[in-house]
Amino acid sequence: MQINWFTVIAQIINFIFLVWLLKRFLYKPILKAIDERENKIAGHIKDAEVKDAKAKKEQIEFAAKNETFEKEKKGLMDNAIAETNEKRQKLLESARNEAIELQSKLENSLKEMEENLNRDMAQKTQQEVFAITRKTLADLANQSLEEQSVSIFIQRIVDLKKEEKKKFVEAFKKKSNSILVQSAFDLAKKQQADIKNVVNEILGLETQFQFKTAPELICGIELTSNGFKLAWSISDYLNSFQKSIAESVRAEPIEEQHASKPI
Amino acid sequence: MKLSPDETIFWQHGFFTLNLTIVTTWAVMLVLVIAAALVTRNLKTGIRISRWQSILEMLVVGINNQIEDIGLKNPKDYIGFIGTLFIFIVTSNILIILPWYEPPTGSLSTTTALAVCVFMAVPFFGIANTGLLGYLKSYIQPTFIMLPFNLISEITRTLALAVRLFGNMMSGGLIIAILLSITPLLFPIVMQSLGLLTGVVQAYIFSILATVYIAAAVHDSKPMNK
Repeated sequence: MQINWFTVIAQIINFIFLVWLLKRFLYKPILKAIDERENKIAGHIKDAEVKDAKAKKEQIEFAAKNETFEKEKKGLMDNAIAETNEKRQKLLESARNEAIELQSKLENSLKEMEENLNRDMAQKTQQEVFAITRKTLADLANQSLEEQSVSIFIQRIVDLKKEEKKKFVEAFKKKSNSILVQSAFDLAKKQQADIKNVVNEILGLETQFQFKTAPELICGIELTSNGFKLAWSISDYLNSFQKSIAESVRAEPIEEQHASKPI
Repeated sequence: MKLSPDETIFWQHGFFTLNLTIVTTWAVMLVLVIAAALVTRNLKTGIRISRWQSILEMLVVGINNQIEDIGLKNPKDYIGFIGTLFIFIVTSNILIILPWYEPPTGSLSTTTALAVCVFMAVPFFGIANTGLLGYLKSYIQPTFIMLPFNLISEITRTLALAVRLFGNMMSGGLIIAILLSITPLLFPIVMQSLGLLTGVVQAYIFSILATVYIAAAVHDSKPMNK
């Protein structure tokens, strides 16, 4: 167990050489690789931190935007609901009014229909009654009745008031035409002459006369000159009576309507 | 019976001797350098690295951390020396599992050489860190009276380093050799396993002590700052 000093020196040299070799081939490359990796990881971590911070910032912004959006959405929804309710109310009101209006129209229409029906029935009845009357009077007409009619007609011309006579004269003079005389029956020569005399007397001149037969006049005579008409017939009475009846028939539903109104 | 590989001489010319210790040391150096060169040839700096690179990184980082734990601020300055001490000794000791292999650490010349290296490294790193004056001052700390004791301590600890490693490795080899002659079958395997453990522990102790000595010499080490 001796120390070989040459070996000691050789081993010292060997060891120093080994230190150099391992530094060159082991420590430096390994430590360099570790440093690079650590730098890389540190870079990644820094990058991740930056991204994290950015993400957090974006998250906060997003949350704020989301909140704003929610508020806006809620506001819009509230407005929309309010508008919808308002519109619904309006539509309901409008529909209700329309329904009332339609109901009113329907009621009026029904009443009108009822009135029309009543009126038609009354008119029909009236027409039938007058038709029967006319027929009866026409059937009853005879010589003496005709003569009587002419004499009444002449008497009426004679009895005309001054103003009426004046109107008649003016109407005749305005357009000097012939005078048309219509009668329900054929007038006898004497009767024609009587009428001519009376009329000429009023006019104060000789004029042309045209005599025509019109059975619808019913025992009547009609004198027409330039729009002026002078007539007498049972038909006139009947027409007058028919008019009066018709007016009373028309007035009746109104009275009924007033009467049917609830108190 | 040969107690040291120094005694196996291949060539000798006067003072120059080529013995088994030197040859084995060269072989171990070759293995270490080739392995390191092969692994560090394709180092990757990404997250995914090769298995061998991972092992070497663990080793280097482990040594680095140990140096730092002991109190040296910049472990990268010392890893060349301390790391090489550990790697060389541990490799030399572990290779005893190979047949007919005799570790160079079983030679007192090698352990002396390593202890001398530590002996020289302590003032080297001390002066590099605190300057010559500062380093020399450490010998008269805490008082001037401590100078002889410090000097004795310096020499004895170096001697202790050399003898401790040599004694352990030599005794391990010797025990196995003796046991092989007595119980050649199973017991030497157990003892060899124990020898492996002892070898690793001794490499650790040698490196740690070297680090402690250096750290004591370097004034800016952590314990001293406290």
